[in-house]
Amino acid sequence: MSRPRLIKESSAPLPLDRELLVRIHDLMVKTRVLEERLIQMYKQGHGYFWIGGPGEEAFNVPLGLLMKKGQGPEYDYLHAHYRQSGTLLALGEEPIGALRQMKNTASDPYSGGRNFAGHFSLRKYNVAPVSSPIEVQYSIAPGTAMMQKRVGGDAITIVTGGDAGTAEGDFATCLIWSSRPANPLPVLIIVTNNKWGISTSAEGQHGEPRVSERGKAFNIRSKTINGNDPVEAYNELKEAMEYVRTERKPFLLEANVSRLYGHSSASGANYVSEELDCLKQFETRLEADGVLTRQQMDELRNRYTEDMAAAARIARDEPLPAPETIWKHIFAEDK
Amino acid sequence: MANMAQAIRMALHYAEENLGVTDIFGEDVGAPLGGVFTCTQGLKTAWNSPLDERGIIGAAMGIALGGGRPVAEIQFCDYVYNTIDLLKLAGNTCWASNGDWNLPMVVRTPVGSGIRGSIYHSHSFDATMTHIPGWKVVMPSTPLDAYGLLISACKEQNPVMFLEPKALLRVKGDERIPGEPDDDRALSKMIDAPLGDRSQWKPQWPAELEAFAIPIGKGKLLREGTQLTVVSYGRTLPLCARAAQTLADEGISVEVIDLRSLWPYDWEMIKTSVQKTGRVLFVNEDTEVTNFGEHLLRRTVEELFYSLLAPPRLVAGKFVPGIGLADTLEMASVPQQNDITDALRSLAGEQP
Ligand SMILES: Cc1ncc(C[n+]2csc(CCOP(=O)(O)OP(=O)(O)O)c2C)c(N)n1
Ligand SMILES: [Mg+2]
Repeated sequence: MSRPRLIKESSAPLPLDRELLVRIHDLMVKTRVLEERLIQMYKQGHGYFWIGGPGEEAFNVPLGLLMKKGQGPEYDYLHAHYRQSGTLLALGEEPIGALRQMKNTASDPYSGGRNFAGHFSLRKYNVAPVSSPIEVQYSIAPGTAMMQKRVGGDAITIVTGGDAGTAEGDFATCLIWSSRPANPLPVLIIVTNNKWGISTSAEGQHGEPRVSERGKAFNIRSKTINGNDPVEAYNELKEAMEYVRTERKPFLLEANVSRLYGHSSASGANYVSEELDCLKQFETRLEADGVLTRQQMDELRNRYTEDMAAAARIARDEPLPAPETIWKHIFAEDK
Repeated sequence: MANMAQAIRMALHYAEENLGVTDIFGEDVGAPLGGVFTCTQGLKTAWNSPLDERGIIGAAMGIALGGGRPVAEIQFCDYVYNTIDLLKLAGNTCWASNGDWNLPMVVRTPVGSGIRGSIYHSHSFDATMTHIPGWKVVMPSTPLDAYGLLISACKEQNPVMFLEPKALLRVKGDERIPGEPDDDRALSKMIDAPLGDRSQWKPQWPAELEAFAIPIGKGKLLREGTQLTVVSYGRTLPLCARAAQTLADEGISVEVIDLRSLWPYDWEMIKTSVQKTGRVLFVNEDTEVTNFGEHLLRRTVEELFYSLLAPPRLVAGKFVPGIGLADTLEMASVPQQNDITDALRSLAGEQP
């Protein structure tokens, strides 16, 4: 099926209704401002490490909007990468949670001050804990999908990760376990391809022209999309999700995205102007199409910037976890 | 009486019928084989996984996250090593999420020497596994304990590593599992899959099985004694019991503790015993450097020093890269009957 390349052909009207476009834009701005605040906190010494998703908003926001959110196998599971803030905000999370995690306060809702920024965990919406070892989530995802398939319904498992990480065996594990004829599984396997693994460029990582082509050997329906275009991302995600929801089979979706502030704070976390900025591009388009004015968008950004600064001030003054809490939650109590 | 493999099978049957176990899986775990050691024959939730240990541990974690209760098998613990980071992850999921998530999952794997399994079917895993926080770790030495510990494991809210001493899997117990028939041959007819075509076979499970549970964290005082204590688990436990009998004939009274749970473990039982006897030998067959027995030794020295009449000692596997196939090599590498009896005898006679 051919789709109009809307952002490039500026004559075609945006095919999503205005309300949705405005909502996506709002969340993209909110996410960008959050990430910039996190980076600033790191640079001001209010956190030890930053990693996150500026440059992936156009993909991650639609993903969150399209998830069937809730707890338990009747709802979608997300086994996320560490660049997923846009998805979490789209699920309805308040940004102050991410700021608290950056400041590793006791109030950090995702890890209680135990884990890095961007390492979300949200059981109430089936967001499995993000962990640092690259690619492990791809070995775990088939398990939640098995439970979902068994309970019936249309819930799916979504797993995301980067391009370099697909060299790990866990990626092959996911392809194999989700496509066995004996038990195909409803997994949306996503790779966000920013063409880098820290400092190693795509050429030094692997040779397949497209990561999505690795699905072919397993008869997994696969596609590579422009993850910098939120309209394309929304429509393609919707189509892929519908396939997984109804067919109860895997889909491999590769989204080309940007890495706007480098890998992490370890590489400086400075704006990379050579990378395509999905938010800038979307705003140009929204303005040209008369969806939002420049002034409206500037006001939105200013408002979020102020909100985020205020939230960061709150997080900065909150206490760290008490030392004796290291002994808490090693084991879950019997429920 | 059932052997350990049959006891495990019956506990798993009970657990899938009554304790919410949803998936019993691993390589060759489902029909027709039912596990290379027959532990999963005839179970209704058993299925065959791809030959992918990382996939097995990952799927178990996912099933647990998804509301299920998996019991995964790693065919031999020698092949669990490429999953260590996933085991770490399973162990830290509750802690890292500040209690948000927990993983009710069991991993079973056969461990240790004793079947002349050469370099890659003789490994132990207790030393490595007890380095991974967030797991409960158990290792039975009798069919009844295997049954009871597995029932407890299947009720847990946390990951449990269930280590099966493979040398003991075929050994019959001398305690009856509640609900098992009196006649061994009758039991075998009921629950052992026939040789040849099994496509029509269905097990006939003993109807009276029950949730007989052995609490995780409690040791077993196998034999009371007054002059020295030996603490062991798994394959070496019956060797320690036999050594105690031999020494009893020589007039030396040995207390034998089957630890059964490695984490958490029954320090109270060890402490009470060592305070009584003043002499203690720890025995296991994993390699001796950074061995779990070394931890017990360290704690004994630090906390019970003034109760000791002789240095606490450890008999464990030699720190060599593998267990060689030849009888002579295997026997030189891991504790044998004589090693244990001799060590106990010399500890009994040790004077300052
Ligand atoms: C198993 C493992 N190896 C190495 C690392 C260190 N590391 C962190 S991110 C990263 C690169 C990941 O690249 P990619 O998968 O493309 O994701 P991206 O960061 O580009 O989104 C590496 C090597 C790690 N966290 N885990
Ligand atoms: Mg990358």
